[in-house]
Amino acid sequence: MITFQIDNHTVQAKAGWTVLETARHYGFEIPTLCHHEAVTPSGACRLCMVELRDGDWSKLVASCIYPVAEGINVHTDTERIRNVRRWILEMLLSECPASKQIQDLAARYGLKQTRFAIENPDEECMLCGLCTRVCEEVVGLAAISTVDRGVHKKVGAPFLRPTEVCVACGCCVTICPTNAMQSRIDAVRRVPATAVTAPTSK
Amino acid sequence: MTTQEASIDEILERYPGSPEYLIFLLQDVQKSYGYISPDSMQLICDRTGVPESQVYSVATFYQSFRLEPQGEHDIKVCLGTACHLKGGQRIMDELKRRLQVEPGETTPDMKFTYTSVNCVGACALAPVVVIDDEYYPSTTVKKLEKQIKALSQD
Amino acid sequence: MFNESTAVNLENRRLTSHAQLNELRDHILASRDPDRLEVVVCHGTGCFANGSPKVVEALKSALDEKGVDAKVMPGIKATGCHGFCSRGPLVIVKPHGYFYQKVAPKDAEEIVEQTLIEGKPVERLLYKDPKTGDPILTEEEIPFYNLQERVVLHNIGKIDPTDITDTIAAGGYQALAKAISTMTPEQVVAEIEKSKLRGRGGAGFPTGRKWRSALAAIEKKGRPVYVVVNGDEGDPGAFMDRTIMEGDPHAVLEGLILGAYALGAEHGYLYVRSEYPLAIRHLEIAMAQARELGLLGENILDSGFSFDARINRGAGAFVCGESTALFTSIEGKPGNPRPKYVRSVEEGLWGRPTVLNNVETWANVPLIIDKGADWYTGVGVSHSTGTKVFSLVGKVNNVGLVEVPMGIPLDKIIEEIGGGVPGGQPFKAVQTGGPSGGCIPYSLKDTPVDFDSLTEVGSMMGSGGMIVMDDRDCVVDVGRYFLRFLEEESCGKCIPCRLGLIRMRGILDDFSAGKGTQQDIEDLMSLSQAIQDGALCALGTSAPNPVLTTLRYFKDEYIAHIEAHKCPAGVCKDLITYTIDPDKCTGCRSCARQCPQGCIRGEKKKPHVIDTEQCIRCGICMETCKFDAVYVE
Repeated sequence: MITFQIDNHTVQAKAGWTVLETARHYGFEIPTLCHHEAVTPSGACRLCMVELRDGDWSKLVASCIYPVAEGINVHTDTERIRNVRRWILEMLLSECPASKQIQDLAARYGLKQTRFAIENPDEECMLCGLCTRVCEEVVGLAAISTVDRGVHKKVGAPFLRPTEVCVACGCCVTICPTNAMQSRIDAVRRVPATAVTAPTSK
Repeated sequence: MTTQEASIDEILERYPGSPEYLIFLLQDVQKSYGYISPDSMQLICDRTGVPESQVYSVATFYQSFRLEPQGEHDIKVCLGTACHLKGGQRIMDELKRRLQVEPGETTPDMKFTYTSVNCVGACALAPVVVIDDEYYPSTTVKKLEKQIKALSQD
Repeated sequence: MFNESTAVNLENRRLTSHAQLNELRDHILASRDPDRLEVVVCHGTGCFANGSPKVVEALKSALDEKGVDAKVMPGIKATGCHGFCSRGPLVIVKPHGYFYQKVAPKDAEEIVEQTLIEGKPVERLLYKDPKTGDPILTEEEIPFYNLQERVVLHNIGKIDPTDITDTIAAGGYQALAKAISTMTPEQVVAEIEKSKLRGRGGAGFPTGRKWRSALAAIEKKGRPVYVVVNGDEGDPGAFMDRTIMEGDPHAVLEGLILGAYALGAEHGYLYVRSEYPLAIRHLEIAMAQARELGLLGENILDSGFSFDARINRGAGAFVCGESTALFTSIEGKPGNPRPKYVRSVEEGLWGRPTVLNNVETWANVPLIIDKGADWYTGVGVSHSTGTKVFSLVGKVNNVGLVEVPMGIPLDKIIEEIGGGVPGGQPFKAVQTGGPSGGCIPYSLKDTPVDFDSLTEVGSMMGSGGMIVMDDRDCVVDVGRYFLRFLEEESCGKCIPCRLGLIRMRGILDDFSAGKGTQQDIEDLMSLSQAIQDGALCALGTSAPNPVLTTLRYFKDEYIAHIEAHKCPAGVCKDLITYTIDPDKCTGCRSCARQCPQGCIRGEKKKPHVIDTEQCIRCGICMETCKFDAVYVE
């Protein structure tokens, strides 16, 4: 067992656990959007940042991918952490303004509005990547992937056209932390010509 | 710009059929055909065993890959820091006015495609424009106009 | 390139010992006449684009025409970049060493007649001392060169990079042969540690410590271990690594082979930016020639040590300069940095222990092994040993590549080597470290250029780009430039980088439109902090640096954008107007013809006027005017 501190409480974890796993095991609250036990952690949303302290030294790390280590001193709610979470949520309020989940999370951090302009009022996707990971790692099909990079990044099937590779299993819709995938499924799934006559068979 | 030098089969045979050669194959196909078509992408998937969505992800992640046919002449405007300070953006604006298409797009007559690039490492020549792999140093709007006129006529 | 002087046949010349390498070297040197006439023509990118191939053609035909006696028929050698790019094309005539600048094809005849036949310099092609106006005969006497300390660049401009015999004649592969025949791998690692060499790619991590950690990882996990060259030089305004790979590819290769020997690696990778096709070609040629001689591949120099490497061309992604993104790219995937808190020396390429060093770092390795760590630590300052190559660009007279000992004051590089800002005024700021670095103001001109001092003033060494700015460069604009660069180059995986950079840039856009507020400055600071703390990889965490340093040193200029709605440098389009000075305007109409809006009016041969209502502030009139009549305020 590995012993360390979270918010000045002594906790114990198995080797190989992450700080997030341990914190949740003990009931410490750490927000996440891109994390799910079923898939490999990706450290994308950065909401789960925690602060490691050692004397005057301190550093922020993503708890979902940070492995536990003996004697570390973890803090889950400091001013630096709140600053990171506040800006992420404020930016998400303008990026995926249609998401009730994000509005609720933001409200928990005292944010009701955003200083940034809203360009796409219907958007709900914040590119956490859970859908692409579940499709590749759990379903084993990799029907969808992230496309492009940077601010142009999006989720889609090849050439952004519906694909027959998708079997409409619905895993991506289920794992999506907002309702973004629900509205995209028609852009991903192409019904094969033979299936049109017998949509329920197979 | 396209130098049809190798058939797709020949390119596919150049490397072992493993995912690590995906980028090599995309680069070689693009070099021969000027862009990567859906058909050639499918062949690359089959060869490397990488799912199509992931090949598409790679092809759209890297800036050098083109998924549509390109213009006969390829104009790259350097927007490295030195070129930026010496007016590279002015050249971009002028190209947009003159060619009436956005960066990365091709003119309807398929003559020109223009893009900006992040530093070609020829900072002493700023602002630099690279047309069909040839460097044009200290480019001004006037020099550019001349060059485009010359290329439009051949 | 071409070479007419290789008299040494390399076929079946596989070397099996250090002694044989020396024999070959002696043989090459003996076959060369040191007094032979030779015309060296720089084929670096700058000179090449300015027409050096045409100069070669003209020289050849002038030689044919003059029917120069066979005895004085010179060799013509194409070399890598001499570094003095603003003066190209450069031509040097040996053995005299006459250094000709800005040579045009029409000068060929005179060079042949005067210099090659009569042995006299062509005075008008010589470089003139900017202070005295006196002509300077040779490269070594020019201030741009004689204030430098060219250690890593020592071969570049002297050798033909496509001919391994040139490299061997200059002492290439001596370090490798020495290490393999007289040193254990452990001794090689120890020597690098002792040299205190720090990585030239950005953060300045001690190379020896990295290699030592890799050995510890190998101890735990076993082999294979990989050695990798990071040749994905992406910082805009930086071309050091390009020049080294193009001009002395064997130096990089020899360093890599030495690293492989030290760590027991059998495979290596050279990841080179696709925008550098010539570098890729020269490395390919170098590797083929090294294999031919038994310096690369199976059983190197008959020692039992085998190592080979391959080149991966980048595909256009700045983020691949980040180590873990580079590895995922070599593996054939999108270059997303890995979300893992584990060092790449332990878990790098294919999940194996991996040592990744930058081009310039690898090129330092043979020098250290050949001349010893004690020699190396004698150059530079105690915590930053050796030299550093910088690309000096922007508003500076001598644009080019300079190599200086670490610790040299910034001012010395800009004013003495670089010849200062055109026009003679002091520089406004120097941007170092590329998009991750910062702007150092003139008031800190005495800052010693070493890893720690640059970090202290809020910038960083980075890979070695040094961009000089003058009072016509706006700091808000420069901040926007770097943010736009990074928002395009961000992989887009983590939210602070993907959304934070574009939002920061949006705030700066407001400044340049005169719509900024005091609150915006505070938001910029706190959003910067969130990105530095929250982003996944170094691209994001360092991205706010250019903005933070300009806020620190040039806050007044930001305030001027907010309060006075002015851009003091005359750059931000919404805050400036172009005007024609009636006293200077000759009415030549050339600006009116170029104006895309057609908003410059006036009678021929009389002063013209710009209609500011219609003007889109593209600046073409100012660029076009030959009489400096257009000004901006």
